[in-house]
Amino acid sequence: MTQEIKNSPVLEVIDLHVSIEDKEILKGVNLTVNIGEVHAIMGPNGSGKSTLANVLAGRPEYTVTGGQVLYKGMDLLSMLPELRAREGIFLAFQYPVELPGVRTWQFLKASVDAIRQHRGEKVLSVREFDKLLDEKREIVEMDTDLVKRSVNEGFSGGEKKRNEIMQMALLDPTLALLDETDSGLDIDALRIVSEGVNKVRSDKNAFVLVTHYQRILNYITPDYVHVLVDGSIVRSGGRELALELEDKGYEWLRDQVAV
Amino acid sequence: MTEQRVISRATGVEDNEYKWGFDFDIESDKAPKGLSEDIVRLISQKKGEPEWMLEWRLKAYKYWLTLDNEEPKWANIDYPPIDFQDMYYYAAPKSSAEAPQSMDDVDPEIREAFNKLGIPLIEQQRLSGVAVDAVLDSASVATTYRKMLEEVGVIFCSVSEAVKTHPDLVKKYLGSVVPYTDNFFAALNAGVFSDGSFVYVPPGVRCPIELMTYFRINELNTGQFERTLIIADKGSYVSYLEGCTAPMRKTHQLHAAVVELIALDDAEIKYSTLQNWFPGDKEGNGGVYNFVTKRGAARGKNSKISWTQVETGSAITWKYPSVILQGDNSVGEFYSVALVNNYQQADTGTKMIHIGKNTKSTIIAKGISAGKAQNTYRGQVKIMPSATNARNFTQCDSLLIGDKCGAHTVPYIEVRNPTAQMAHEATTSKVDDSQLFYLQQRGIGLEDANYMIINGFCRGIFKELPFEFAAEASQLLRVNLEGTVG
Repeated sequence: MTQEIKNSPVLEVIDLHVSIEDKEILKGVNLTVNIGEVHAIMGPNGSGKSTLANVLAGRPEYTVTGGQVLYKGMDLLSMLPELRAREGIFLAFQYPVELPGVRTWQFLKASVDAIRQHRGEKVLSVREFDKLLDEKREIVEMDTDLVKRSVNEGFSGGEKKRNEIMQMALLDPTLALLDETDSGLDIDALRIVSEGVNKVRSDKNAFVLVTHYQRILNYITPDYVHVLVDGSIVRSGGRELALELEDKGYEWLRDQVAV
Repeated sequence: MTEQRVISRATGVEDNEYKWGFDFDIESDKAPKGLSEDIVRLISQKKGEPEWMLEWRLKAYKYWLTLDNEEPKWANIDYPPIDFQDMYYYAAPKSSAEAPQSMDDVDPEIREAFNKLGIPLIEQQRLSGVAVDAVLDSASVATTYRKMLEEVGVIFCSVSEAVKTHPDLVKKYLGSVVPYTDNFFAALNAGVFSDGSFVYVPPGVRCPIELMTYFRINELNTGQFERTLIIADKGSYVSYLEGCTAPMRKTHQLHAAVVELIALDDAEIKYSTLQNWFPGDKEGNGGVYNFVTKRGAARGKNSKISWTQVETGSAITWKYPSVILQGDNSVGEFYSVALVNNYQQADTGTKMIHIGKNTKSTIIAKGISAGKAQNTYRGQVKIMPSATNARNFTQCDSLLIGDKCGAHTVPYIEVRNPTAQMAHEATTSKVDDSQLFYLQQRGIGLEDANYMIINGFCRGIFKELPFEFAAEASQLLRVNLEGTVG
């Protein structure tokens, strides 16, 4: 079941309806992601693109009111968030939370241990883990100092996002969901984060990249671009769709949909 | 090395809600129920005390009578009246009538009981470097490591023994920090205390090992009134640890202890507590009433007293380990984690009384509330006119789990010298769903995630505990948090 073959669907979202506090956010989303692909989900603010990423990761405050999601053929929506993570779903948070007093190192070790145990792999010794961590840290040019501090506490916006990408590299997911990882990043941080993604990207994993701006797609070339407006995907295409959007703005599509 | 000092591990216990609730079958030597002058005399006689000790007890008892069952009422706790006549005031394991000379003389059943608790009264203990003075119910059962301590001149024995072997020290210091007139429970304790620990560290000696006492209430309807007295003479240092458990009982048990610490010039006392008395069941039945008076006098110049407590047990906790900063440049510290769950109530905190010049106190209190429990921090910082350049830093953080519990902070600050520098910080937070989700999204299960967040919240306190004790504290927290999320 965990064997991935290129071009086999890792994620199938079928007519997904999602509400939060009785307000419908996703109104029938369909999306198929194959192994080895990068999908960009673009859309204006409030279109539901972050909701999609969070629902797939299992954030509890959303209610799924209809539809189905298959992940590696499994019924994803019935799985606990931690089980989804252990099965290879990773969410890079738009707003990574701070965990006062919880040392980053301990948190990362606990996370890697939980995932390795689930996969039936042996738990890494401290030395092995440190070696792995050093490797991954370098991908995003993160200071050694940061892993000694409390998780995200006192981190700058850019450091938090780099920390997310470092965790992604460390956990080696099958499906990575990036929720507006580019928002609030300066050009250097954006480059570092994008390079991090490119290093992790392979023909054994897949990415869903949620973004408001086309900018990050200059660094990470998507295979597909989908535009989400008012809870539905209104247009799908290749890389060029993002450029067209940048040119004409979301209003252009909204108008087209209306017609 | 940690395993052998695990004071809180379950072995062979059926009930996994409170893991230390097994009962020992040790024939107990009990005085009749109720409290009277005769009982006070009987306790004193049982212990073969000298006349002066009996007189002190009787004075305390008579003072207690004048209080006319008026317990302190100001704390934020709620419980039905206690019938002080419906309780036993003395119970000693029978075999202690002939005091054991070595471990071999200790009742095998008691040894077995301690093994069950993980208390290392046997040879392996040498490795962990802890001397244990174990108080089962009230009488001190065994004291180990005495020889090693004797070589450096440290006295570590039961109070009953110290009354006989070191009467001058006991006479000089007993009741000198907590007089029997201090409060209702202190008066009661002074009248009927049956045992406790005594420590004296001579001038210039750094106690080579951490001293430890283990308390356990075993008898049904028995009050436990231990009394601990620690004196650190000039330029000495001692670190003392205490651990507590009690069996599960449907009815409430009373624990009214008194602890007095005295630090002379340049001396330091570090006192750590892991309190895990039976908290009562999920519906709030049973559990220990923990009404304890703990106070240290930093009497000498440059002396230091540091309290660290991790309180997870008891139905009700009423406890304010305090420091009187008498000597110039003396330091007082209070580090506390108080966790309440289900129907537990805790009203705990500290008092820092600044008298000497350049005295400095630090208070860091972390309260965690879950279930329907109520947690109150109550602290007093008092700067007397003589305390020029006194400094205090207070930080009170409360963490709530769920929406049926409560956290309260009641700081009293009294400054009577304008040179004082005071800082007070307080926060209240909830274990945030988004924090839990963040950890879950990284593959960490909900219970573990909750534990990790709470452990992080307590980190500043745990680092004050001796290393192995910190692991214990963390484990204790984990067990007491089970089932609070999800």
